[in-house]
Amino acid sequence: MSSTTHEAHHGHDDHHHAPYGITRWLFTTNHKDLGVLYMTFGLLMFFIGGAMAMVIRAELFQPGYNLVDPYFFNQMTTMHALVMIFGAVMPALTGLANWLVPVQIGAPDMALPRVNNWAFWLLPAGFVLLLATLFMPGGGPAAGWTMYPPLVLQLGDAFPFLIFAVHILGISSIMGSINIVATILNMRAPGMTLMKMPLFVWTWLITGFLMIAVMPVLAGAVTMLLTDQYFGTSFFDAAGGGDPVMFQHIFWFFGHPEVYILILPAFGIVSAILPTFSRKPLFGYSSMVYATAAIAFLSFIVWAHHMFTVGLPLAGQLFFMFATMLVAVPTGVKIFNWMATMWRGSMSFETPMLFAIAFVILFTVGGLSGVMLALAPVDLQYHDTYFVVAHFHYVLVTGTVFAIMAGVYYWLPKWTGHMYDERLGKWHFWVSTISVNVLFFPQHFLGLAGMPRRIPDYALQFAEFNMISSIGGFVFGFSQLLFVWIIIKCVRGGEKASDQVWDGAQGLEWTLPSPAPYHSFETPPVVR
Amino acid sequence: MSDETTSKRHTSLVTKLVLVTFGMFGFGFALVPLYDVICDITGLNGVVDLQAADYERGEVDPDRKITVEFVATVNDNRPWDFKPEVRRMEVTPGELYTVTFETTNTQDEDTVSQIVPSVAPGRAARDFRKTECFCFTEQPFEAGENRDMSVTFFIDPRLDDRTNTVTLSYTLFDLGAGDDPDFDPEDAQLHAGSR
Ligand code: HEM
Ligand SMILES: [Cu+2]
Repeated sequence: MSSTTHEAHHGHDDHHHAPYGITRWLFTTNHKDLGVLYMTFGLLMFFIGGAMAMVIRAELFQPGYNLVDPYFFNQMTTMHALVMIFGAVMPALTGLANWLVPVQIGAPDMALPRVNNWAFWLLPAGFVLLLATLFMPGGGPAAGWTMYPPLVLQLGDAFPFLIFAVHILGISSIMGSINIVATILNMRAPGMTLMKMPLFVWTWLITGFLMIAVMPVLAGAVTMLLTDQYFGTSFFDAAGGGDPVMFQHIFWFFGHPEVYILILPAFGIVSAILPTFSRKPLFGYSSMVYATAAIAFLSFIVWAHHMFTVGLPLAGQLFFMFATMLVAVPTGVKIFNWMATMWRGSMSFETPMLFAIAFVILFTVGGLSGVMLALAPVDLQYHDTYFVVAHFHYVLVTGTVFAIMAGVYYWLPKWTGHMYDERLGKWHFWVSTISVNVLFFPQHFLGLAGMPRRIPDYALQFAEFNMISSIGGFVFGFSQLLFVWIIIKCVRGGEKASDQVWDGAQGLEWTLPSPAPYHSFETPPVVR
Repeated sequence: MSDETTSKRHTSLVTKLVLVTFGMFGFGFALVPLYDVICDITGLNGVVDLQAADYERGEVDPDRKITVEFVATVNDNRPWDFKPEVRRMEVTPGELYTVTFETTNTQDEDTVSQIVPSVAPGRAARDFRKTECFCFTEQPFEAGENRDMSVTFFIDPRLDDRTNTVTLSYTLFDLGAGDDPDFDPEDAQLHAGSR
């Protein structure tokens, strides 16, 4: 079916239309359709994960056990993280890659269109398994997204569902990344050499390799959990000669590169937007490429900075501390390049640019708290406190999520053919940016003062900052409805977008009409 | 570029990437023996030999004193009493000592326990040598049974001179009675013994 739909439309006329109806979406192999599906799925999960965050912040609004059962609270923190990482951010980034990589390198579609369809439709399957656990007796997974044994082995019915969901999501992202890597390496238009590729393509190439390298390791780790539970192995069971700390090593061998999987494509998006609205080329293109590669390489040798408190030997602590601090070097290179790009540019401040600038500033805040956490002696105090929570929300929310939003505003006119409502976009930006800082900045103080993470109650002296943080959380959460409204409005209509859309924008995607036709670059463009 | 050469290039690249995927899946499992080997070589992690050490009385340095502390923990708060007869003692490296642990299975069911040792600081683990230990095998207990179990050990005189106190910690795991009929203690020993 998929192939017939595909073939039937494989004509040479650029303006033929997409097939209609539900089967279009079920069987589509078109990279733009799949990009839309991925991004829509990501948005849906963003709200499901967001609803869980609202439960967490409501419980923490005041000290005491107020609203939900403590065990349910643990399910919320666990599921919130899993849904946001594997459901919202990764699919949204994969969706952007689907839509943009082919048009940025002048390819007609992805390398493996049918694999693409499969990779996407595995996601809803995986999340049905995962979310269904919330309605089972005993509830959903509640041992933290890091799934440490022996706690995770006490989950009951949710446990096998959690493991298989992780397997399915892992297979989906491996298929997705093999596809993206194959597209980038094999399908570039003539003249599009590697060092001419837009940075978004570069960052995704490297992210793709990272995913192929570490998602299987996660699959292995959870498989070991499964066999420990049901088949009598003792990988992590001390009674049988195993060691639970070994799980942490294997998990973080995946987990740290994973956080770069979540941030590198965001670097690519910001590197596209800043030059456009500064009306200057990106400063230090090749150093950006090398910095990305360096970060990816370093991400494999820093994992134990998540484990400073397990009793690592001194030599290990020193090694992982210095290796981690080394990551700040290529990251700093990037930040300085972005600043130099804007330096003396004729800047304008449309919504995508606002989000991109906020990204540069606020991601740096998260990077700095990261360097603090990298110091082994002080991490003994900060570990598992709200300081860590503040750190990773600065890099993930005001980092990755802001970059994704910036990207959506930036390319939305190309996707829909209409300009979004700039006035509402600015509202969305300012409300989000202010509230997200009200939400996460006080968490630094809470953590430094000793408030532990993942606990539904807290000592009285933490009450004020928690209340402030919760208020910020509710405002941030509800202001995202505005984002959805702006997108819907833009899909439905609005001022007609020109092909160029942004006068400073560079790249092949802007040579296509707006909205971009269903099939593009069937004859490869020539890149000089 | 014709369609055929493109699809050939896809096939060869994708084959390689899929192989890498499987390779990395295997690598995750390879980390397990690797971890054990690293712990073994470096003596990290306080993991101790689960095989009896040979003792031969050699040179003894009567002036050197090491404090040995004993810790006994029951995993998962299972209904057991498990405690050492002494909390700490002074020992001379090279001499043989025996300490007993009073152990009671306070549940009204027969069961089996496995007691797992660990030594802190980790660098002392190699030099904490046991000639006999209840931790070398599983220990079956009848309902309500109480018995003293003993460990005989010496500290190797080559123990580095930074170390003045060594803690021997035991964790008792209740393996349950009929819980795990396939449980093969040999396997567990093999795995642990590789350290
Ligand atoms: C300069 C760069 C960075 C440094 C030095 C750094 C350092 C650290 C350290 C040392 C920890 C462990 C803290 C603890 O548990 O005690 C940590 C946690 C974390 N980091 Fe970073 N980080 C950096 C960038 C990032 C980025 C870019 C992301 C993701 C986009 C990220 C996501 C996270 C997450 C999710 C955790 C918490 C994981 C958990 O325990 O659940 N970090 N970081
Ligand atoms: Cu990390």
